[in-house]
Amino acid sequence: MDDLLLIDAAERYLRGEMSEQEKTYFEEIRKSNPEIDQLVVEHIFFLNEIDRFSQTKSFKHNLSETVNKLVNEGFITKTPLTGKAKLVYLWNRSKRTIAVAASIAGIVSILSASMITVFSNKKEATHIKPLVDKLIEQDNKTRRLENKINQIEQMAGTPAKEEAKPRLEARFRATGFLIDANNHYIVTNAHVVKEVRNQLIVENNKGDQFSAKAVYVNDQNDLAILKVTDKDFKKMPALPYSFRKTGADLGEQIFMLGYPKQEIVYGEGYISARNGFRMDTIFCQLSTSANEGNSGSPVINRNGEVLGIISSMETNAEGVVFASKSSNILKAIEEVNKTLEDDKIRIVTGPGMKGIDRTSQIKKVQDYIFMIKGN
Amino acid sequence: MDTSTQEKSLLEGLAREDKVSIETIYREHFKVVQGFILANNGTPDDAADIFQEAMIVLFEKSKQPDFELNCQIRTYLYSVSKRLWLKRLQQMNRFSRHSDDMELAIPVEEDLELHEKKQADFHMMENALNKIGEPCKSLLEAYYILKKPMQQIATDFGYTNADNAKTQKYKCLVRLKKLFFAQYKQVQ
Repeated sequence: MDDLLLIDAAERYLRGEMSEQEKTYFEEIRKSNPEIDQLVVEHIFFLNEIDRFSQTKSFKHNLSETVNKLVNEGFITKTPLTGKAKLVYLWNRSKRTIAVAASIAGIVSILSASMITVFSNKKEATHIKPLVDKLIEQDNKTRRLENKINQIEQMAGTPAKEEAKPRLEARFRATGFLIDANNHYIVTNAHVVKEVRNQLIVENNKGDQFSAKAVYVNDQNDLAILKVTDKDFKKMPALPYSFRKTGADLGEQIFMLGYPKQEIVYGEGYISARNGFRMDTIFCQLSTSANEGNSGSPVINRNGEVLGIISSMETNAEGVVFASKSSNILKAIEEVNKTLEDDKIRIVTGPGMKGIDRTSQIKKVQDYIFMIKGN
Repeated sequence: MDTSTQEKSLLEGLAREDKVSIETIYREHFKVVQGFILANNGTPDDAADIFQEAMIVLFEKSKQPDFELNCQIRTYLYSVSKRLWLKRLQQMNRFSRHSDDMELAIPVEEDLELHEKKQADFHMMENALNKIGEPCKSLLEAYYILKKPMQQIATDFGYTNADNAKTQKYKCLVRLKKLFFAQYKQVQ
């Protein structure tokens, strides 16, 4: 029996989804073939382990939520893990914020690691890479072939369709979005830009790639601003979104668009806390689901205001995502503009997207959101 | 409700991961444990940590099929917390004066041994899941933890049909098992 079928059968057997006849047959096979029986036993053991894991995980989650509540009430005393003088000051200044931060820092290991998809080039992993990876690999291969064909056609004297730019073979992928459609500035995360070893490009949803360079990188607010330097990058109409100057409101409904895969993906959620896991107020917390590659996705409310930019997520709790606030983007733009002679960054918002339905909003926004790739 | 019925329903709530029960247990018993830890060289943070772990031990126990707590919740949590704290003190090489003015603690060594093993298993699974990467991690979590049907997973993850999703899930599962059992055998 095929291993896949066997595991499928074992799972159906355990869930009691088998008919009597099938069950008898399955049990007979197990009895007559010790090798298969061994596999089934092992799989049952493994499934139990997964079950226990998920139970413990969800219990820990509920437990820490209760502890947070009691810490907020002052029933339990808990201080942040690092005891610096600054913390004492901050503690006195804003007990509540710290309580949130402390509870998070206390119970779970925070994933400060990037939420960008890294296309690992480890040798031993090549035969079992995730699907996305394979696609990219396949993509790169196809492109290499296309380039070759173009070259050959040129050599043979037949005019090539168009002079093809060599495509970048990406090592990672993340998201970014336009903040100046006229002078071609894009904002993304600092940790994304940090991944770049050689080349950095942005790619639109049609698959066109454009070279870019970073003009601002700041680890503190996890922001980076890129200038698209490619001449082929077309000017676009004014931005469909504006930027919120003040903080986001608790409970505010948001949506986001990003590239956790080679195609733009839509997600929804709400603002669940005004502050992120750092005690200062640089980040806010969202309740939504995000995946690797979502780094740099805009967080937009229903009136078309950008409230923040996705930065990281918590690994131990489901659906806890942190975003750098939009006010940081505005501050970053100011800072960059001080260093620029011309081509200063100007946010120009067009008619906007207030009052139109979500699908039309997405249609308006999606052309302004780019994949950030590099190698 | 008399005490024992009340305790029983609290433990049932705990096994269901019910937040109200968790909170009630905290309110009723945390201060006692905190008192013990503060009296024995501990800080309020230590108390919060230790009690949280004791709660996990009690949760694991409440999940056992033949579960029976033959003492009060307070006695159990106090005994577990005490053991955990003394162990931590030993690890930190701190000398301590044991204050034993509380009611006699009951032996909990066996439960704690089991707890340690379970914690180790938990971390192994967590490690393995973190290592397999995306989309495998989300895919397996969707199927095995959130128990979503294959058809829905196929739609969510953008596979053309449930069979494709199943094949992908199988490949991911093989990797996860390999990673998990590699650690498992090391420990054994």
